[in-house]
Amino acid sequence: MDAYMPSTTLFVLLLPFIAALFAPALTRLFRHNAAWLLAIVPVVIFWHFATFLPEVSNGEVVTGGYQWIPAFRVNFSWLVDGLSLTFALLISGIGILIVLYSGGYLKGHEHLGRFFSFILMFMGSMLGLVMSDSFLMFFVFWELTSITSFLLIGFDHKREASRRAALQALVVTGGGGLFLLAGLLLIWNVTGISEMSLLLRSHGVLADSPFYVAIFILVLGGAFTKSAQFPLHFWLPNAMEAPTPVSAYLHSATMVKAGVYLLMRLNPVLGGTAAWETVLPIFGGATLIVGTLLAVRQTDLKLMLAYTTVSSLGLLVMLTGFGNEKAVEAAVLYLVAHSMFKGALFMVAGGIDHEAGSRDITRLGGLMSAMPITFAAAFASAFSMAGLPPFFGFLAKEEIYAGLWQPGAWPLFLTLVAIVGNGLMFVIGFAVALKPFLGEKPQGLRDAHDGPVLLWLGPAVLAVASLLTALFSGLTHRLISIPMATAVEGEPVSVYISLIPHIGMPLLLSGITIAFGIVAYRNLERMRAAMAAALAAIGWGPDRGFDQFIRGTVRLSFAVTRVIQTGRMEFYMKVTFLLLIVAILVPMVLFDELPAMPRWPQDISLYEASIMAIAAVGLIAVLYARDRLTAIVSLGIQGFAVALLFMLFGAPDLSFTQFMVETLSVVILALAMTRLRLTPTDHRPVGKLVGDMAISIAGAGAFLLLLLKVIQLPFDLTLPEFFTQYSLSIAHGRNIVNVILVDFRGTDTWGEIAVVMVAGLAILSLIRISVRSSARIAANDPTEEERR
Amino acid sequence: MEVPMAFLVAIFFAVSIYLFLSKHIIRILLGAAILSNAVNLLIFTSGRLTREIPPILSADGPVEGVLTANPLPQALILTAIVIAFSFFAFLLVLAYRAYQELDTDDTEEMRFAEPEEQKLPPLGY
Repeated sequence: MDAYMPSTTLFVLLLPFIAALFAPALTRLFRHNAAWLLAIVPVVIFWHFATFLPEVSNGEVVTGGYQWIPAFRVNFSWLVDGLSLTFALLISGIGILIVLYSGGYLKGHEHLGRFFSFILMFMGSMLGLVMSDSFLMFFVFWELTSITSFLLIGFDHKREASRRAALQALVVTGGGGLFLLAGLLLIWNVTGISEMSLLLRSHGVLADSPFYVAIFILVLGGAFTKSAQFPLHFWLPNAMEAPTPVSAYLHSATMVKAGVYLLMRLNPVLGGTAAWETVLPIFGGATLIVGTLLAVRQTDLKLMLAYTTVSSLGLLVMLTGFGNEKAVEAAVLYLVAHSMFKGALFMVAGGIDHEAGSRDITRLGGLMSAMPITFAAAFASAFSMAGLPPFFGFLAKEEIYAGLWQPGAWPLFLTLVAIVGNGLMFVIGFAVALKPFLGEKPQGLRDAHDGPVLLWLGPAVLAVASLLTALFSGLTHRLISIPMATAVEGEPVSVYISLIPHIGMPLLLSGITIAFGIVAYRNLERMRAAMAAALAAIGWGPDRGFDQFIRGTVRLSFAVTRVIQTGRMEFYMKVTFLLLIVAILVPMVLFDELPAMPRWPQDISLYEASIMAIAAVGLIAVLYARDRLTAIVSLGIQGFAVALLFMLFGAPDLSFTQFMVETLSVVILALAMTRLRLTPTDHRPVGKLVGDMAISIAGAGAFLLLLLKVIQLPFDLTLPEFFTQYSLSIAHGRNIVNVILVDFRGTDTWGEIAVVMVAGLAILSLIRISVRSSARIAANDPTEEERR
Repeated sequence: MEVPMAFLVAIFFAVSIYLFLSKHIIRILLGAAILSNAVNLLIFTSGRLTREIPPILSADGPVEGVLTANPLPQALILTAIVIAFSFFAFLLVLAYRAYQELDTDDTEEMRFAEPEEQKLPPLGY
């Protein structure tokens, strides 16, 4: 880290999360007017980051942070350059408007406080994401945006459609997050760098690495899921189940651009290769076309806008990957323009829905005189979306064509793709901005008017911003476009484009786009019908594929559970012992670790031999016992034999304990089990008998080989010698076993006492709770509730 | 001396595993009791056997040249015996109570938690 900034940046990064804690309480106090208070948070953030503008526009890169886990060289560090600063200003700037808008849109909602809390947490996550310098922090915030977006999409959790959309977004973007994590770890491994700012200075290291392709695919996996690239685009339109402020904020202006942010951030180190310049335009172009075509199909205002968001993201990815300076500048301009006009149009759609009670353009009309401010904002934003002067979208579109218009077949093809995409976006933009306002007011439509200031402030401010940024393009470029494009390109660039058109190819291509747009607008109904027919003919889409995938997963896990969890104790036991045998024998055979042929000792005395024989007889008697009582008594015989063995081999403590425990075991076993009416003998069918015997003998053989091998290996005396040496001198005890138990390993003994106590308590409660009725057992069944 | 002990341990394991594979809870309980002995003897034998001299020091500390039994496995086993016993007692009461509630000690018939016919979980969201 070059320079440590004062910790205000840290405070600002944490501020949204702190505010999220207090949002519910504030909302309880001030109801929807809490929006005015909570909007102070993004205002503070915006103001804080705006103070970086002079430095960053001079080409400086500001980093700062704290050490997090120094042992792994993991830092909590941030990076302020043109790219992250622009994003931070967009997030906090639009955030101000969204918080205010939410207050108006969800006025009176019973969970408004929770909503504010979620949206502030999202703001914090998104801000952290773009500000992160260290990979780990970047990944954590990346996943946080997925989680907060899950909460926001599923906000209306009582509807299944919301829950489905939320889960879908989480599965797709969370899955992409795993790709990203792997990609970042791989970059870390290859370069030894764990910070963006250092990585950006390592020109060529990644591109020349043999792992380039793997890193490339993993990073794209993260970016394409987050930024909804075809064929993973389906979650974004479904996310429109969320309340409109969420759609306006997450699914147009900010979160979905995280993927584009990632691509732009890594463009200097991953870009410039053939793979980058082929794959990105292909996926981006496909997403652009598919998105606009699907948008044409829709009649719901929000869905139309959602699909054009998909296509805009496609356009951004295409431009980022196109590989020349102008295209990168175009991507930068378009990103800024899109955030403004799309945020505004979504808020307009929400306003219409809120006031008129419908979002279906075939059922809307004639609202212009009733909602003049909303109409003006919508109309201006549509101009920007269509790329018409005097709005910022015009600059972006001119730059797009200036970037794409290059000699060669490939650029020509991409230019055509851009013309079709832009033309169709022109159509959708004006369909959203004009259809609800013009024409006759349909029957049955509610009496609408421009709602409270909270509802129209957002779109109006964004529309004015689109205009002002274009009028003062010089200032915009100096503060925003040039620093950001420089960061994306990795070297200084300059942006000149202004509202004064230059006669040339870009202007001509704009003209073609507009002409195509006007023709298409007049045929919108016909195109919609054609698209509907085409989609019906295909019949399958990734969205249905997702359902099939989820159901398939449930079915598969159910089938797997049926196989490995049969509910038969015997099966579990068999599997457990077989695995145990395999685990012992296979490595032994594979690594040639079988014991040598054992030598039978000559010095075995008669009493040793006879006690061992008694143990064996006791064991066999347990098996052959005709009734339970005999079996229990035989159990006692082998137990006492074991106690005697301990005695013979120098372990009197063990011996005493064993005597006591065996006596108690036999007594309680006899008391408990002879009271029950059980089948006396352990009858097993011949087939099972043979199988069980084979398993037991194999198990015994495995342990025999293991033990023989152990005793043939040289014995390590370190620990016994240590204990013998020190038990008197440092623990002041002569009985070494006792010293180990109460002193050297005292904590273990403590744990042991706890185990005994817990077992005692469990036994006590089992005996005390004696509810002798099958009805009570049935009440434990969770499905019982539903049946009743 | 360890070699005959190893064979005895093998018999312990064989009987214990065989009992564990029974369908009747009471046999499984017997198997559990024997298994703890089997494992204890396994640890005891791995620590090598020394006849008759327990690991107890004289008042002046260790006596040179006198080999005592290995104290470490003994400490481990002492803990193990106690835990095995409390575990055994718990299992026993559990089996006893299960019999009272379900009227059987046959594991095949104890299908309360995992019934024979399980339904597919709901496929919605």
